[in-house]
Amino acid sequence: MLRFIIKRLLEAIPTLLALVTLSFFLMHFAPGSPFTSERGVPPAVLANLQAKYHMNESLMSQYFHYLWDLLHGNLGYSFRFTDFTINQLVAQSFPVSAEIGFWSFVVAVSIGVLCGVFAALRQNSLLDYGVMAFANIGMVLPNFVIAPLCILFFSIHYHWLPAGGWNGGAWPYLIMPVIAMSTSYIAQIARITRGSMIETMHSNFIRTARAKGLPKSHIIIRHALRPAMLPVVSYLGPAFVGIITGSVVVDQFFGTGGIGQHFVNGAINRDYSMVMGITILIGTLTILFNAIVDIVYVFIDPKIRY
Amino acid sequence: MITNKENITAVTQFAEQVVEVEGRSLWQDARRRFFSNKAAVISLIILSIIAGLSIFGPILSQWNYADIDWEALSDISTLGSPSIASGHYFGTDPLGRDIFVRTMQGGQISLMVGVLGSFVAIVIGTLYGATSGYMGGRVDSVMMRFLEILNSFPFMFFVIIMMTVFGRHILLIFVAIGAVSWLDMARIVRGQTLSLKNKEYIEAAYACGVSTPKIILRHIVPNVLGVVIIYATLLVPNMILLESFISFLGLGVQEPMTSWGALISEGAPNMEIAVWQLAWPLAFLVVTLFCFNFLGDGLRDALDPKDR
Repeated sequence: MLRFIIKRLLEAIPTLLALVTLSFFLMHFAPGSPFTSERGVPPAVLANLQAKYHMNESLMSQYFHYLWDLLHGNLGYSFRFTDFTINQLVAQSFPVSAEIGFWSFVVAVSIGVLCGVFAALRQNSLLDYGVMAFANIGMVLPNFVIAPLCILFFSIHYHWLPAGGWNGGAWPYLIMPVIAMSTSYIAQIARITRGSMIETMHSNFIRTARAKGLPKSHIIIRHALRPAMLPVVSYLGPAFVGIITGSVVVDQFFGTGGIGQHFVNGAINRDYSMVMGITILIGTLTILFNAIVDIVYVFIDPKIRY
Repeated sequence: MITNKENITAVTQFAEQVVEVEGRSLWQDARRRFFSNKAAVISLIILSIIAGLSIFGPILSQWNYADIDWEALSDISTLGSPSIASGHYFGTDPLGRDIFVRTMQGGQISLMVGVLGSFVAIVIGTLYGATSGYMGGRVDSVMMRFLEILNSFPFMFFVIIMMTVFGRHILLIFVAIGAVSWLDMARIVRGQTLSLKNKEYIEAAYACGVSTPKIILRHIVPNVLGVVIIYATLLVPNMILLESFISFLGLGVQEPMTSWGALISEGAPNMEIAVWQLAWPLAFLVVTLFCFNFLGDGLRDALDPKDR
């Protein structure tokens, strides 16, 4: 078991290296440079700027510079927020996104799974249709519609919640971002749970459990839930990464200052080090959580042996 | 006795009629199951109506999608509201352009992005997955490793890079979106291929000396088509949503052309004063996505051999 875990984590290293390499060269081959602007910079200043970021050197030497810094845990200086290092910016914005993401994840999993299980147990009933209609709406409403609707409803009409800001993550500031963030995940999780729960309830071992005369609640909780959770767990790995790395929509509407905004703006402004830093962060988390899902699978799926 | 004789002739006559028992193919079977699913059929009808409206709708209006109604522009919240009399059936946007025509025109773009983007994703994903699964061994593990690397990239990274490299040409937008959405497709097709690979007919083809590319194209791909179609219908709404997200970021289609996503993100800030600017495009988007989801579910029930 331990060997499997170590092997799985070691396998991630070459993947990560490939990720860094590929994103570095893709980013640098894209046309435009961080210093192109409408006003332009005097050539002497430009030369100094380029020297500061090693941009007067060859691409290969820039790449090795970057790798060397990365090995020391240094993501470089931002091209736009010139007084900050990427480490500082990430340290500032990632906790915000992670906190919103964590609560969204908790909400999405608990509501999603609950909805999915109940819909599956009452298949084709009114409850089922209601839950699935709700789930479908959550999936088709873009969150840049949900976010302003929330503000309109909770802040402008009822004055219940502040319309934006972060304030160190006090709970009134957290509610609307969590709603905007979790809706589509609730919908997805409910759909997946329902599908796999229906399949599980039709399988032979559940019939056996019924034939033994076990109480229904016992069958559902002890027998059906675990195998039914397998597809949900494999969805949750990548979903968790997506959810804690924030969303530009949430950052933009609620002014929370999370990491999603930095990422998109960085890419548009050619802030190479910013985009690279966040890509590496998200990539590392994705690889890590895929590995965790594989490991969790071993525990909940008795059919898998290593 | 007489009745008996009559019976006998009746029976022989009946026997003489050649009753052909027609076998039903997999696809006929699937069609029958699909058409018995009411939600899916209704969705299909609604989708055709929306597609038809998107194509022919602009003819019904006196306005063009880029025309500015200067009179309405003077007071959007009253003169720009939906009315039959002014010819703005759905009202106007903040620049006095007709929302009805723009919604229809946006529908063309959104549907095209959805369908073409999925098509690109499917072609790449199916070929990649089938090749990887059929070749097996080292080729398979290298191809899957490559997939894993691509998969760990944040999705937005690719989209933005492609936008900056290729500019904001509409055709390239869906090629770009399609080119980054084939990963799941490839994985699904590979899984299917692995189980098809050891079937007798593949072995027979191999024994006859059919080349590997031909086996993949002629024997594997047609047999994974069912799964591919199901996934494709579920991919289309995702593509449309993705396009709307890109439009929200301001990287989508270029003015004066528009898409549902672009219209929604323009309309959302004005929802208090001019709710129609958000409501119409949003309604079209939501209904379309709903229908695609139901269609996908219907196709899954019809084509998935597991649930038979």
